[in-house]
Amino acid sequence: MIPRAAAGRKVTDRLVMVVSACAALLGILALAWILLVVLQKGAAAINWEFFFHRTLPTGAPDGGVGNAILGSALLVALAVVIGVPIGLMVGVYLAEFGRDTRLGTAVRFSANVMMGIPSIIVGLFVYTLLVMPMHTYSGWAGAVALAILMLPVIARTTEDMLQLVPNTLRESALALGASRRKVTFQIVFRAAKVGLLTGVLLAIARISGETAPLLFTALNSPYWPTTLNSSVANLPVTIFNYALSPYEDWVRIAWGASLLITAGVLALNISSRIILRRGSHE
Amino acid sequence: MAIRMKPGEQRRSDRTFRWVAASCASVVLLLIAAFFVRLVLSCRLSLGQFGWRFLITSDWDPGNGNFGALSSLYGTLVSTAIAMVIAVPLSLAIALFLVELAPPTLRRVTGTAIELLAAVPSIIFGMWGFFVFAPFMARHVEPILGKSLGFLPLFHGPPMGIGMLTAGIILALMILPYISAVMRDVFQMVPAVVKESAYGMGATTWEVTRKITMRYGIRGLVGACFLGLGRAVGETMAVTFVIGNNFDISPSLFAGGNTIASTLANEFNEASEPMHLSALVELGLILFVVSFILQVFAHLWLKSLTRKMGAGL
Repeated sequence: MIPRAAAGRKVTDRLVMVVSACAALLGILALAWILLVVLQKGAAAINWEFFFHRTLPTGAPDGGVGNAILGSALLVALAVVIGVPIGLMVGVYLAEFGRDTRLGTAVRFSANVMMGIPSIIVGLFVYTLLVMPMHTYSGWAGAVALAILMLPVIARTTEDMLQLVPNTLRESALALGASRRKVTFQIVFRAAKVGLLTGVLLAIARISGETAPLLFTALNSPYWPTTLNSSVANLPVTIFNYALSPYEDWVRIAWGASLLITAGVLALNISSRIILRRGSHE
Repeated sequence: MAIRMKPGEQRRSDRTFRWVAASCASVVLLLIAAFFVRLVLSCRLSLGQFGWRFLITSDWDPGNGNFGALSSLYGTLVSTAIAMVIAVPLSLAIALFLVELAPPTLRRVTGTAIELLAAVPSIIFGMWGFFVFAPFMARHVEPILGKSLGFLPLFHGPPMGIGMLTAGIILALMILPYISAVMRDVFQMVPAVVKESAYGMGATTWEVTRKITMRYGIRGLVGACFLGLGRAVGETMAVTFVIGNNFDISPSLFAGGNTIASTLANEFNEASEPMHLSALVELGLILFVVSFILQVFAHLWLKSLTRKMGAGL
């Protein structure tokens, strides 16, 4: 093989470097563009009424999204109550009992697959499971859909975090005569608590902005959430309905709600990163 | 409180604990099976009425009760294809930048930014896409494409901003973090010794990447693409905002269309006829099966890869 001139090879190398730096820059610019737009347009909608009044028909001067904020918080909280304990136990099984069992392998694989199932399909599934038999959209259905989305995320991060705990710790506790339950919850969980907390925060961040699974389950409502047995107001579906409406005041409120969700999701992400970094320094 | 229990009690407690954990784990398997069963049961009506024709007809006429998935399948395919064509090379370049080129501080900043891009909710991409990016495409990008490449049927038609091309580009931005994250891991799996011996022979960074890293990790790179593909196929809200939501099949990328997910998001709550509802669920079933197969394939592929790489060298 005849070697190409060194100059030519160097030029190609530089060119590729420039291209790949540009690609990275493009990713950063896209993020910056989106965040700036959301911040600029969203800030214009934020005021007292925005937070504390409920959604009103267009033209009403003091409509807000108070009911949607409260509804979203309720749905996410309920999803956490359903999804986190089950997800943690799945992770416990995978890390403590099922490292090499057939069930463990199957569940680990299914959890990975489940993370990639489109969230709208989760909504559709919960619609056929809960909304159709009950003949009404409900907050329960919305919370279940969000919990299903959280489940594999929590399970996988829990497994990863528990696996980082050295086996000698488990063995010494077992040698002292502690039961597996005590070893898991009082020794292993305590050693892995920073990681577990990060996993839960990231899972909450992931579901807080989800719209598609709520469309067919919690739907939306112009009223304050008083019951979970009928449709519940929530931020993502309010954004969807308002943004595609022809009314200027609704679109403005949709931007405000977008800012709220983006800020919340990014804050959760960044704080979980900080917690993880601090935890690993200790 | 003593930690110790009586031996028999202890054995029983351990067994119960293991049993509870295993039942929770089985929930995951049950859920996946239930997805399939519930969706199939809920679209019996349209399965029976249209059979295989559902996949090859493009009528979508709720008024007359005629339904065919072809335009949704076409839209899903085209928007995903555009996304992949843009996202794969970009992700490769970003992964390369993160692993081989960037100094440590820049690496952390860039890595974090790309990961945060993945955290931005789909509906926010939709808002930005609909109000900012689509008008930008209509004013600045599509007229240029139309003028320079207008001889291709792909770039015919008025530049409206809303359509397949815009949807594809936004999808690309959304899946790029996922693909580049896996590609970065693949690049990092290549043993330093192999790369260093190539550098020692006088190879440049790009030569090492192209001839050593990429060849070594080609299976991983392909797996990363499949994971991204699986994401793109089911993305809903962002696409629903910008794709135009009509049921025409047009060769032009400037034209509007619909995807399976966008049709579900748009029509489901207004569907009152049982047949309409059933046809929508069948669309959902198709999407579920497709993304399920893609995910299973991608994970099997990546799994066999880690086994090989772990044992190799």
